[in-house]
Amino acid sequence: MDIPYTVEARPDTGLYNAKVGIWLFLASEVMLFGALFSSYILLRVGSQEGYWPHGWLNIPLGTANTLVLITSSITTVMAWASLKMNQFNRFKLFHACTICLALVFVCIKSYEYHDKFTHYSVSLADGNMADGHLIEKSPDFDLAHKTGFVVLHGQKLELAGKSAEARDIEMRKVNDLHSPEARGVHLEEVKIPAAQIASMESYGPWHNTYTAIYFTLTGLHALHVIAGALVIGFLWGPGSKLWRTDPERFTNRIEISGLFWHFVDLVWIFLFPVLYLL
Amino acid sequence: MDAHQSAAANHPAPALDPHFAHHVRRYLYVFYALIFGTLITVGASYIPWGNREINIGVALFIAVCKASLVAGYFMHLISERKMVYGIMAFTAFFFIGLMFLTLGALNDFPRHTITH
Repeated sequence: MDIPYTVEARPDTGLYNAKVGIWLFLASEVMLFGALFSSYILLRVGSQEGYWPHGWLNIPLGTANTLVLITSSITTVMAWASLKMNQFNRFKLFHACTICLALVFVCIKSYEYHDKFTHYSVSLADGNMADGHLIEKSPDFDLAHKTGFVVLHGQKLELAGKSAEARDIEMRKVNDLHSPEARGVHLEEVKIPAAQIASMESYGPWHNTYTAIYFTLTGLHALHVIAGALVIGFLWGPGSKLWRTDPERFTNRIEISGLFWHFVDLVWIFLFPVLYLL
Repeated sequence: MDAHQSAAANHPAPALDPHFAHHVRRYLYVFYALIFGTLITVGASYIPWGNREINIGVALFIAVCKASLVAGYFMHLISERKMVYGIMAFTAFFFIGLMFLTLGALNDFPRHTITH
């Protein structure tokens, strides 16, 4: 059975069917990310003054990932343009670059996630706090039985016995890394016996509102990158056989997958300044 | 010529555009603009404008410009059919509505909330 309008345009829409389909799908994607963006705005604007974290993300890495996605967008459009110009080998080359760039993006993102999951906030039994990256956990470390110790590369925060205002100023050392208080901090190795730890948690999505919305937005976006790379990978590999039998239809498939990929890039264009810079 | 190309040569080739090289050049210009926009975004975030709202405004303005370039040229929205414009206009309407709902909710507080 032949599927109609895979190549030629439908008279009423002026488009081949897959193009109508992808634009409808992208419309639903706009609303999905739109809902999350509006949640972000509401959470951020609604947060108490001075409590929204700043400088928690690595700007050079975020910039690198932005450049990676932009470059993958140009290789995607060039892959499609190569097919339009009947240059299959160039298409293969450009989309091989797209897939590699997608992998680079995911690797950088994974590194950033790893950085957050190894960053701990430790509440101490004496009312103070410690904050930093976990560099050692003794083999017998057990928080429930209070045995062993952890070593962080970070800092101790003196909070016990201070007024609420003084505590807020001290907390700026971890909450706002652009603040003068944070700039004056010298990070060092902090060894903490389990007996002194009241509770500890990593900077995962559960840590606070900021990490929750950060992981939700970037996690959903990363899933889109992975899904897009899988589709492009299929069309680059086994799916490219279609070029032999129906080149126009294959070119259209590349255009459709490209539209999705550009959308993923477009979402990141907003995510980067909103999460990393502002 | 490899097997793919020779096979493709036996079939009707995709609608070839003799002026496609012109499009490719345009894509490259857009690419350079996007790279430039990214660097400007990062640079602008370090400028102390004196007011965080200005920082947010500048960053979002550049992001909108970059997004317009991607949508307009890479996604070909600049020369699409009416059907696509219709879908996008419909989406834009609800997207903007969603953002205004959020803005409208900013001053809402549960009953009996003490605000200073």
